[in-house]
Amino acid sequence: MIRFALGRGISLCLSLIVASLVIFAVIEVIPGDPAAFMLGVNARPDTVAALRAELGLDQSLPARYLDWVGGMLRGDFGTSYTYRTPIAGMIADRVWISLPLALYALILSTLVAFPAGIYAASRRGRAGDIGVMGATQLGVAIPNFWFAMILVLIFAIELRWVSAGGFPGWEAGFWRGIGALTLPAIALALPQAAILARVMRSSLLDILGEDFMRTARAKGLSRRRALWRHGVRNAMIPVLTILGLQFAFLLAGGIVIEQVFFLPGLGRLIFQSISSRDLVVVESVVMLLVMVVIVINFAVDLAYAAIDPRLRRRG
Amino acid sequence: MTVPRTLVVGAVISTLFLLLASLSFVWTPYDIETLDVPNKLRPPDGTHLLGTDHFGRDIASMIMLGARTSIAVALVAVGIGMGLGVPLGLLAAARRGTLLDEVVMRGNDLIFAFPSLVIAILITAVLGASAVNAIIAIGIFNIPVFARLSRGAALGLWSRDFVLAARVAGKSSFRISWEHILPNIGNLMIVQGTIQFSLGILAEAALSYIGLGAQPPVASWGRMLADAQTLTALAPHVALVPGLAIVLLVLGLNLLGDGLRDVLDPRLRTVRL
Repeated sequence: MIRFALGRGISLCLSLIVASLVIFAVIEVIPGDPAAFMLGVNARPDTVAALRAELGLDQSLPARYLDWVGGMLRGDFGTSYTYRTPIAGMIADRVWISLPLALYALILSTLVAFPAGIYAASRRGRAGDIGVMGATQLGVAIPNFWFAMILVLIFAIELRWVSAGGFPGWEAGFWRGIGALTLPAIALALPQAAILARVMRSSLLDILGEDFMRTARAKGLSRRRALWRHGVRNAMIPVLTILGLQFAFLLAGGIVIEQVFFLPGLGRLIFQSISSRDLVVVESVVMLLVMVVIVINFAVDLAYAAIDPRLRRRG
Repeated sequence: MTVPRTLVVGAVISTLFLLLASLSFVWTPYDIETLDVPNKLRPPDGTHLLGTDHFGRDIASMIMLGARTSIAVALVAVGIGMGLGVPLGLLAAARRGTLLDEVVMRGNDLIFAFPSLVIAILITAVLGASAVNAIIAIGIFNIPVFARLSRGAALGLWSRDFVLAARVAGKSSFRISWEHILPNIGNLMIVQGTIQFSLGILAEAALSYIGLGAQPPVASWGRMLADAQTLTALAPHVALVPGLAIVLLVLGLNLLGDGLRDVLDPRLRTVRL
């Protein structure tokens, strides 16, 4: 296990290094001078020169890369050019919307998908199964941002149950915050729940064909007890991996949903920075998101190996 | 052999959209470049089958043109993924266990680890928003899907007798990959291609919705939805129609993929990512 963890740890570090190189390179690819890009076409040459010096663009590429990465390791994400404030602070304000949103969506998705998947597997080939599978077909085909618009149309505009967007802030009370995140979380959770239900179903169907399930029935367990005690527990392993991946996906996918609901999360920060050409912010926030996703995948790998020792050998 | 119903339904829907997109090259009900503001936000009726948008443009015409954009972007992105991914996968399988294999597989893992949407946003933000950059952003993430799948399938074939016979006959591993392995994994690639196609449609819609896909005057479903967002209360059809078009096409392609899989080889299982 330790060897496995070490190996995974090394590949985690490599992934992070390559990821940071790629993001750095993409920002460098910008045709022309990033400082000129950020200031627009009408900037005076001396303003551009001043910004170049401020961003450290007069230094060599490797020096700038090391400066950026070193800063992030110390928790210094650089300074926003537009707002003149440290980016770390801007991220800290917004992460408390993006993170709860992803978590909320994950919980909703699990609550819907687990029962649906288990139900479908236990009714294989019958009307219940076909109904659930048909619903998941529809679920994966619906773009989440469009579903979000439909939810707003129904619940905010027609029924007036909730507000159409915005965020009151957590200081307005926990439940008001949750209320503002509910429609976004539902929109985000739907396609994920469809995928998760399919994985749950097929994983459980694989298990139901195993010999030990027959043994469980033969020793006198009822269908239901055998399903829960031996089936569902064993089927959970692949499902857990998907859950980890889904959390990463929900965090990234929240970017678009935040746009629909005008939530001031990381997604809006990225888009505002793109439109104001604040590349330092774009670079750092993207790196942060990629980092979170890579670390989550790493954690899932470890958890997976801890549950199932057979997987450690695969490396 | 009976043809599965999913295949028929999926093929009909997909073909319908393909025909509409092709037709838009020569004919659309209205010209969407001329604005007709007095007739804006008209609900569907006899003259405008799907109503008009906030500039009075005919939505049915825009859906046809948008289908063209969606299908073109997703199709080319799948082409990139297959064109680069399959040769990489075949190469890795032919040289399994070597450094080359390792490099290809680790490279795949790396791309998989990236949140695709975030990177697509980064690429389009830097290179500028356009349909071509959307294709690049979506295509890159198709490469590892095909590389991984073709490597896995090819590895299984390398231990088969007919490959052994080809080796005994003195064929090089490149020729074996080309003449014996590739034809045998073709079906699998077609099925996966259909699924990546439908994912590409969704990705293109999301990118153009946030303003990072095709730019005006090129029509796209995602931007139609973005434009419609503030108008949902006044004219729900403006938001409903493009969304339904996306759902229908994606659903059709998914059914087509499932149906093809059942017909081509029931044992094949595709990865859905």
